[in-house]
Amino acid sequence: MRKLLLQNVWRSPLTLPAPAPSAQALAELGAKVDQLAHQRLGRSLAIREVDAGSCNGCELEIHALNNAFYDLERFGFHFVASPRHADVLLVTGPVTHNMREALERTYAATPDPKWVVAVGDCGRDGGVFAGSYACVGGVAEVIPVDLHIPGCPPTPLQLLEGLLALLQVA
Amino acid sequence: MKASNPNPALSAVLRAGQPVTGHRPWPRFVVNVEIWNTLLAGLAKGRWNLLGLWAEPSMIHLAVHQVESETLSVASLPCPTGTFPSVGRWHPPAQRLERTITDLVGLLPDASPDLRPWLDHGRWPHRYPLGSSIAPTEAMPPYPFLPVEGESLHQIPVGPVHAGIIEPGHFRFTANGEAVVRLEERLGYVHKGIERLLNGAPLERVARLVGRVSGDSTVSYAWAFARAVEAATATEIPARAAWLRALMAELERLANHCGDIGAICNDAAFALMLAHCAVLREQVLRASATCFGHRLLMDCVIPGGVAVDLSADGVSLLRALIVEMRRAFPPLIKLYDHTPSLQDRTANTGTLNPMLAHQFGCGGVIGRAAGRAFDARRQPGYPPYDQLEFTVPTRRESDVNARVWVRIREVEQSLALIEQILERLPSGPLCEALNRPEQVVEGMALIEGFRGDILLWLRLAADGTVACCHPRDPSWFQWPLLEAVIEGNIVADFPLCNKSFNCSYSGHDL
Ligand code: SF4
Repeated sequence: MRKLLLQNVWRSPLTLPAPAPSAQALAELGAKVDQLAHQRLGRSLAIREVDAGSCNGCELEIHALNNAFYDLERFGFHFVASPRHADVLLVTGPVTHNMREALERTYAATPDPKWVVAVGDCGRDGGVFAGSYACVGGVAEVIPVDLHIPGCPPTPLQLLEGLLALLQVA
Repeated sequence: MKASNPNPALSAVLRAGQPVTGHRPWPRFVVNVEIWNTLLAGLAKGRWNLLGLWAEPSMIHLAVHQVESETLSVASLPCPTGTFPSVGRWHPPAQRLERTITDLVGLLPDASPDLRPWLDHGRWPHRYPLGSSIAPTEAMPPYPFLPVEGESLHQIPVGPVHAGIIEPGHFRFTANGEAVVRLEERLGYVHKGIERLLNGAPLERVARLVGRVSGDSTVSYAWAFARAVEAATATEIPARAAWLRALMAELERLANHCGDIGAICNDAAFALMLAHCAVLREQVLRASATCFGHRLLMDCVIPGGVAVDLSADGVSLLRALIVEMRRAFPPLIKLYDHTPSLQDRTANTGTLNPMLAHQFGCGGVIGRAAGRAFDARRQPGYPPYDQLEFTVPTRRESDVNARVWVRIREVEQSLALIEQILERLPSGPLCEALNRPEQVVEGMALIEGFRGDILLWLRLAADGTVACCHPRDPSWFQWPLLEAVIEGNIVADFPLCNKSFNCSYSGHDL
């Protein structure tokens, strides 16, 4: 194990340079976040991920944000286990009826100030599952959404661009 | 429930039924209650495996597989009174499937030991969405969890929203101090109503939807759908398409297994393995994106062939990926193998009784780690795997450690398979136009995804749209075993057991 650790100390890092925050996401967020929140949170945001009916594709790419290439934590983001510790809810899926209450309760359990990011085409408007008897539709049908990151699934870079935009205004 | 012959062959039992024309590649028979009961008796005695159980408003379908005689077949029982003799009564692996049939279609299993709803949580605008679709007249009572009695027991409810970045489901633990006495799963939270979206949809839309039944297995699902359509329409696809599908499927297996090996170790608090395995996984996804244009390879497999060719520099890029993985992977295996504190957590944890693996026809890594060597790439088999060399690694210990090792060996096998495919990739067209059926036709496929065998059955209408389609995830026969595996283990080992199973929520909830 020591050898492996040492080798990696000498190896140049795999981490990619930071992408520019997405212009589209910045525009969507522009008006929404106030100065106070910025002062209170600094540049550190705790994220709680909620799967509200996803196919698991979006989760895989959100997971990838933690790998050495994207290294989300260097920007001050980290994933937390409880909504009570979260500033941001990252919500995926076409919000199934069976998950609706759990999503609402997670939102209610998240302290203010908080932001909601709807991830994926499903999170935007139900995606390929739109119109199903079992789905509500986009995340915004259930809780207020501050930012959409579309894609099926969005790539880690697209996720990163969106989250960085959030950080700029938050 | 007595068969006339003490050990009948599956084909002999079914021959008494009415064969259905236009069902390919395996036969389907309309059967009477007597044959149905003989089939159930055979399931209960382990003569054949349950592959799937699904229904239409007036008929229930049972897919069975007798591995020794290589017989795979569907038996369909008309249900004019809205009931059918319960399969789950004799064969527990069918119980959740039956509850699902009641929830979705409205047919009732006669004398079933468990009539509680499963996917229906009482929150849909109507009941029986694949059947009568009526508005619910009254609110559904709270879900009755199984009673647990005994002194000093306590319950720990977990989920549906879990602590990690994973899919939602509810686990009800009953523990005596640290030891789990019973786990009861409550699933269905991510039920998206996919089957009804498929009914009546054109092929392109169904392909997209089926590729999103479980996003981690998109290639395997899309392949199962494509193969079922090709079987139904008797369409031969070009050799290059089949080989490219296998290439994608092995990339999918590679990415998922790398992720799982890391994640299992991480649940034993050994984050170093996760960090390194996640890098390997990312490298596979990046190569996939460069070669085929999508990191998870969604929408690359379509009925008739594949939608994208391997990009020009793809072959050399994938060769470089193999070299890199063969360099980086062995030290990680060694690290896993030589870290006693990690082995202490994985060895002898979450041991599955091999009898259960056989009874449930449990596929994938979980089955193979319990000595059940089933692999759909071998049997019933499909091209191009009949022309490729690979082994199906198995273990006997059936614990978390064995499941890690089967994944490790399968990573090596996938690398070898990719290497062979790159060497011998046939040239030629990517896609073949589907034959237009003049009448209603039916098709079926069994494809080995990274979790195990995915069954897909469909009926095409005469206009070429999908009349109905039923995908069955391997997790149906794995989730119930997780309940068995955790018994007697400490609560803190549950994440480890769960991750070593890595069942699909979305694929199961549909
Ligand atoms: S957006 Fe795509 S990848 Fe994400 S949950 Fe929906 S179908 Fe799956």
